[in-house]
Amino acid sequence: MHELSITEAILEVVLKHAAGARVTAVHLTVGELSSFVDESIELFWSELARGTGAEGAALHFRNLPGTLRCLECEREFPIGSPDFRCPQCGSTQAVPHGGRDCFVESIEIESPEEVPRA
Amino acid sequence: MSTRIPVVEKVLSANDSVAAAIRALLDERGIYAINLMASPGAGKTSLIERTVAALKQEYGIGMINGDTSEAAFDAERSQRAGAHSVHVNTGGKCHLEAAMIRDALALLPLGEIRLLIIENVGNLVCPSSWQLGAHASVLIGSIPEGDDKPYKYPKMYSGVDALVINKIDLLPYVEFDMVRFRRGVETLNPGLVSFALSCRTGEGLEAWLGWLRSKLA
Ligand SMILES: Nc1nc2c(ncn2[C@@H]2O[C@H](COP(=O)(O)OP(=O)(O)O)[C@@H](O)[C@H]2O)c(=O)[nH]1
Ligand SMILES: [Mg+2]
Ligand SMILES: [Zn+2]
Repeated sequence: MHELSITEAILEVVLKHAAGARVTAVHLTVGELSSFVDESIELFWSELARGTGAEGAALHFRNLPGTLRCLECEREFPIGSPDFRCPQCGSTQAVPHGGRDCFVESIEIESPEEVPRA
Repeated sequence: MSTRIPVVEKVLSANDSVAAAIRALLDERGIYAINLMASPGAGKTSLIERTVAALKQEYGIGMINGDTSEAAFDAERSQRAGAHSVHVNTGGKCHLEAAMIRDALALLPLGEIRLLIIENVGNLVCPSSWQLGAHASVLIGSIPEGDDKPYKYPKMYSGVDALVINKIDLLPYVEFDMVRFRRGVETLNPGLVSFALSCRTGEGLEAWLGWLRSKLA
């Protein structure tokens, strides 16, 4: 169910930055560790965006894998690695690195010359 | 023709601003708040009961309990233990959000509260994404859940300020490799303060209570 909340939040950010313009596309970056699932966001999106300036806007996802960085050899590796073991040097000393957040990267709006605004 | 506008805004920034406002309110009223997170059954309500029983003579305690339904059992348990309690029905959502805490705070006698405990919805995935304005996020892991949980829920384990390892009375009966568990925790959250305890026997509770008292002093 958390994708409902997250999709509400996405819409809020999108409409704020669109400032009244018609939104045709939304580019999202979704970190693996943010635990948000693209398909569920899509599902809620079409419902929530209906009747707003972002109705029908296409969602584009860029997924960032959750990673750890090895403290011994600096190698960045998937967080799913068993026991957080570095595949390169075998060390288990690592720190969380990538894929924690979910961002609205950019939006596409219809150009003002095409759709004159009051 | 369309124009692309860069945004680069965290999706949950609106929640983060409400959380910041809550923190400001809590600080103004002299309230220290913890956001207690764990899987269902790990012992959140049990730890709250123990904590309230031990500290209620010294400090006024408030409690906000988030649940996915109207059933207010946990808030009633805390109320009986001696806390001012509010039950929040999240309407099916698997986590508490800052706006829910803001509304719940309006129902509590803030002037009588020094320690606020927020019992989040039982879930190891979602609650960690929503800041609530609490001063500390506390995670309870319990022995029967198994020693692999840090590896399976890295975001939760990496984002908290203290860890309670509950149900240590069950260690003789359950396969649980404490070394493996702690190694996972240490990788994700180096130096994390932790308290191994049992809400059943009371073993280890003093260290937890001592940590809380140090925050309230
Ligand atoms: N053996 C044992 N059982 C516990 C302990 N702490 C809690 N429990 C039991 O675990 C179950 C769930 O506890 P509860 O506090 O309701 O968990 P919550 O869902 O996280 O709030 C209850 O049956 C408790 O009695 C403990 O330290 N040892
Ligand atoms: Mg409970
Ligand atoms: Zn390495």
